[in-house]
Amino acid sequence: MGYILRKVVLFIITLWAAITLVFILPRLMPGSPVDAALGKLASAGVPITNAERAAIEAQLGAPHTNLLAQYGDYWKSIATLRFGTSYSFPTQTVALTIGKALPWTLFIVGTTTILAFIIGTLLGVYAGWRRGKLADSSVTIGATFFGAFPPFWLGLLLLYWLSFKYGWFPIKGGYDPGITPDWSLSFMGNALYHSVLPGLTLAITTLSGWVFGMRNNMINTLGEDYVTFAEANGLRSRTVALLYAARNALLPNVTAFGLALGAVIGGTVLVEGVYSYPGVGNLLYLAVTNHDFPLMQALFLVITLSMLVAIFVVDLLYVRLDPRVRSST
Amino acid sequence: MSIIATSVPPPEAPGASARVPGGPAGAVPGPLRFVGRALRTLWSNGKARTGLIVLGVIILVAIFAPLLAPDSPTATNFTPYLGPSGTNWLGTTGNGQDVFSQLIYGARISLIVGLCAGALATLVAVTFGLISGYRPGLVDEVLSFATNLALVVPGLPLMIVLTAYIQGHSVWTIVLVVAFTSWATGARVIRSQVKTLRAREFVTSAVFSGERMFRVAFREILPNMTSLVAASFFAAATAAVLAEASLEFLGLGNPATVSWGTILYAAQQQNALLTGQWLMVLAPGLAIVLLMVSFTLINFGVDALSNPRLREK
Repeated sequence: MGYILRKVVLFIITLWAAITLVFILPRLMPGSPVDAALGKLASAGVPITNAERAAIEAQLGAPHTNLLAQYGDYWKSIATLRFGTSYSFPTQTVALTIGKALPWTLFIVGTTTILAFIIGTLLGVYAGWRRGKLADSSVTIGATFFGAFPPFWLGLLLLYWLSFKYGWFPIKGGYDPGITPDWSLSFMGNALYHSVLPGLTLAITTLSGWVFGMRNNMINTLGEDYVTFAEANGLRSRTVALLYAARNALLPNVTAFGLALGAVIGGTVLVEGVYSYPGVGNLLYLAVTNHDFPLMQALFLVITLSMLVAIFVVDLLYVRLDPRVRSST
Repeated sequence: MSIIATSVPPPEAPGASARVPGGPAGAVPGPLRFVGRALRTLWSNGKARTGLIVLGVIILVAIFAPLLAPDSPTATNFTPYLGPSGTNWLGTTGNGQDVFSQLIYGARISLIVGLCAGALATLVAVTFGLISGYRPGLVDEVLSFATNLALVVPGLPLMIVLTAYIQGHSVWTIVLVVAFTSWATGARVIRSQVKTLRAREFVTSAVFSGERMFRVAFREILPNMTSLVAASFFAAATAAVLAEASLEFLGLGNPATVSWGTILYAAQQQNALLTGQWLMVLAPGLAIVLLMVSFTLINFGVDALSNPRLREK
């Protein structure tokens, strides 16, 4: 119980710190993001009401008021999901814009993380088991190269060859432009088809972390006495590798989920922009290219919160996986 | 890119042998001798040797760029949007610049950003890790919390937001932003290593002989973690090269500087792929991959130094 309580407390403090960081950042920066935001809104033809100005100032900072009062307003605006209006999408609130994009990104990040974890871990087990052999070197060298691929670069190349040149996959978007999103099977199929290339790009570029982590864990575990004992008992080497070593080597790899998620999220931002995939990453790309500070600010907050929640869930799951964590206080 | 030796038992660090207390001062100064020995040990590892050679070639290209490049990287001498030809091996940009010359000059920026941001991030990581590991209690709690916070805040989005708010987009902005966002992994690894070293006899004896805290931390403990610090450096440098290219690709770099990231940005802006200029995308990306791979390969050698189980037979 002590472990879970400590994790909950840590989660709450981290949450507070992350939200406060987002409050501090625009206020430290030179220039006035608020004026820039209001100016852009005005030039986009959006009428600026007092409520609008207040919402944007709560997010980005009002120059002449008390910082503490600003901090209170900031929390109020977050609790009520009022992030102001972005000039990239002036007809809807920022919260709605992000809300529409979030499921796409959650889907693609979720599937690719699981996919990369399974494939990467298996490759790592294989490389660790056959260490020093040709299989080990080819897996290690291959993972080194794939891990160094900039996600947007691989995305561009796959897009060029597989979509543009051969037409196997759609050029852009999350679904065909003619159809409307619903829960029908045909739409889901269409969306899945559109997500193959972005997902593949992300999975390939984030695979290497799992491979290296698992390979090193395997090598360390294979040196343990109980593995030698199992071998001495005459068990087949595949049985020893998979049932004795891999199971125990897997555990430390699970803790790397948080860091791996950071890499996938970073990759999503770049890859969604390349494929015009209708997710949060593409929104951030648009926000950055349009200097859309309210949208950018809110997106960063949402991305950080999602990551915190995901790490928190992994921490809780870890209790179920490793009994030693449960007993230690 | 993770630091590969995260969960290894305390190593019999080879750095220890370099710290010969009261050893006779030879003709060669100590630090140089140490660097020479470290390089020799790395050279004996096949992967690290390949990495050192690739890195060496890239450094030479960066230094001798004016001799190697057929044209100026910024001069708009040619017809825009040319495909690959005998004079312009990789074609020309929309402004009529030679892409191949840009590729050669671009090595300079990527190297500077990678090495500087890597060094800066490592400096922060070492300072935080050493102090945090050596001072349990409140100091450790505060520093560890800062480290954990920096670990869970998604790196690239933070870099994007920071760079977007800072108006002037010079290369040094990117160096600072990347260093600021990528020190945490190293700090955590170094902290746990310091915690184990702290319990060793040689540290205890140094404390009992009346050494001050900073001297113990930086003169007794730090030299025993050379390989770990080197691993942090190369991991941070790898991440920095990727981060720089990503930020520049998103248009957050200075378009006037010529780097591999800005070539990719220009290629995307002029739809190079749709006009068939795919070499303009392929080449700078490959250069980035090669530089990152060279760092990672060197790190394999460094990891093998610190973890005998990973050593090649």
